[in-house]
Amino acid sequence: MTISAETRDQLRELAARYPKSRSALLPMLHLVQSVDDEVTSEGINVCAEILGITSAEVTAVATFYTMYKRKPVGKHHIGVCTNTLCGLLGGDAVYSALSERLGIGHNEPSADGQFWLEHIECQAACTHAPVMTVDWEYMDDVTPASAVAVVDRLARGEQVESTRGPVIRDFQATEHTLAFPLDGLVNDGVAVDAKMLVGLRLANERGMSAASIPAGDA
Amino acid sequence: MITTGLTPIITEHWDKPDLYTIEGYRRVGGYQGLATAMKMDPDAIIGQIKDSGLRGRGGAGFPTGMKWGFVPQNDGKPHYLVVNADESEPGACKDIPIMLANPHALVEGVIITSYAIRASHAFIYIRGEVPHAIRKVANAVAEARAAGLIGDNILGSGFSLDVVVHSGAGAYICGEETALLDSLEGYRGQPRLKPPFPAVAGLYASPTVINNVETIANIPYILDRGVPWFRQFGTEKSPGFKVFAISGHVVHPGIYEAPLGITMRELLEYAGGIRGGGEVKFWLPGGSSVPMLTAEHLDIPLTYEDMAAAGTMLGTGTPMLFDNTVSVVKAVTRWLDFYKHESCGKCTPCREGTYWITGVLEKFEHGRGTAAEVDTLVNLCSQIAGRSFCALGDAAATPYPAALKYFRAEFEAATSTSADEQFNPVASYVFAEAATR
Repeated sequence: MTISAETRDQLRELAARYPKSRSALLPMLHLVQSVDDEVTSEGINVCAEILGITSAEVTAVATFYTMYKRKPVGKHHIGVCTNTLCGLLGGDAVYSALSERLGIGHNEPSADGQFWLEHIECQAACTHAPVMTVDWEYMDDVTPASAVAVVDRLARGEQVESTRGPVIRDFQATEHTLAFPLDGLVNDGVAVDAKMLVGLRLANERGMSAASIPAGDA
Repeated sequence: MITTGLTPIITEHWDKPDLYTIEGYRRVGGYQGLATAMKMDPDAIIGQIKDSGLRGRGGAGFPTGMKWGFVPQNDGKPHYLVVNADESEPGACKDIPIMLANPHALVEGVIITSYAIRASHAFIYIRGEVPHAIRKVANAVAEARAAGLIGDNILGSGFSLDVVVHSGAGAYICGEETALLDSLEGYRGQPRLKPPFPAVAGLYASPTVINNVETIANIPYILDRGVPWFRQFGTEKSPGFKVFAISGHVVHPGIYEAPLGITMRELLEYAGGIRGGGEVKFWLPGGSSVPMLTAEHLDIPLTYEDMAAAGTMLGTGTPMLFDNTVSVVKAVTRWLDFYKHESCGKCTPCREGTYWITGVLEKFEHGRGTAAEVDTLVNLCSQIAGRSFCALGDAAATPYPAALKYFRAEFEAATSTSADEQFNPVASYVFAEAATR
């Protein structure tokens, strides 16, 4: 892979987004992954060149953050939360089932280049435990069987929709979104689900409301 | 004082499918707080937030107005607002839902706060692992810009503001505010020595306010409805309402908004109780970094002051509840594995200490701990707490001593019996058959 002239322009556009260009480094590395499927040495060098810093400085950053990978991820990144809450509520079993189905372990790509498996830390969706991610989009409330079914459908090229997000694309597409979030998908899929509304609906059912409390000097 | 019942405010209109759009948000009264604010003197807004008593919802509970007041004025330097949307604390899951459902409340709060602290540049630092939340916030910012609420001369006030939505890249430490600043400057996310505090020398060494998503989302409501209204909720020291995210072995996990001062027992009733009519074994009021409590603490009001008096912290206000199927040894070991993984490596007590604690805890998980090591772990934790560079080290030293206080026998049993032999792991799965429990 080589970083194209178009990608270089986009990297410069990111650098211009901030009062000090180096602030753009994290989004720039996401953009590198969106074209190269990993943080390549060439990508590191191009970022360094655009920002006027050394490749060693960029490498130091690229190796600190877990979302950056130094080998090709493949088509889909599969994450399973195995932190305490998700793990003990079933994430451990989900991870084992996926590991067996894919024949790979933590932070490994599958031989066919289709999947990368990672046991991830808390994904800020504990109300929806156990949580899995596909290309970082939420797949909430999974079981070992439902998680394997998701992977099977992806492997067959079938459409899979995130439980709180759009239709799954691929890892590189998500990485592009992280650099340029106005990707046209904001209206797609579900964002607010029953668990996010459970308290509101209960309050409405029981006639509990803050709206009746007067504003101003009560 | 309203300290009971559910009071949907930030969450009031989440069931309206277009709330995330500017039209939908305006239809329910959105951006009225901004209109009020822009007619006020910035110092008066800071005064109003001070009077409201609003405390930071990110975990530490620092008074928000006081934080804003620390920013020096007329100092000739640019000022910055940075929103900490790096929600990564194990158990915390309320900021991402706010951004998914009601991103304009955050954006409106950002504009008001920037105006108050005289910042012409604001950054919303969102963890990279949540693309859909990033989309929603970026879209809200773009809509606000198109409506003239972000950009030059907002609402004819002469105030100008640019807002940048920034994606992180996977590092829990970046929730620590000074590590977040280093990360936002394009470096490894490692904490900075304080002082100087960010209010004096923050982003690009300029005065910077860093606030949590939920804190900022409160601001429009306070401006729109006033301090007396706000202070009706909660207690004298913990005024207002809270987006509680309840997770674990409850029948209906999810988002419940209520006044501060509500009890866990009342919230648990709304959440349908523990599954299968079971009981709480242990629970944490707000993230893995606060000491755990047990069923005997369910009647303590969920306020900053009452949680502190009970020896814990309100933290992020996102209770995790575990039932009797769970091994506390396994739970604590897993949390320590997390802190070990997320230690940034800057200071020795945290970098080495999390490694050593985890190593010893793993022996217990596998039933190979020794009686002496029950106390070795206490010693190890005490070597980290208060001796690490930032709060991550303190947090790592928290779960074990708290667990030992209530469940010493379980650790002692783990000198001969593994966690999985003490507690069948299948029984704690949410999809487990009732027969296994």
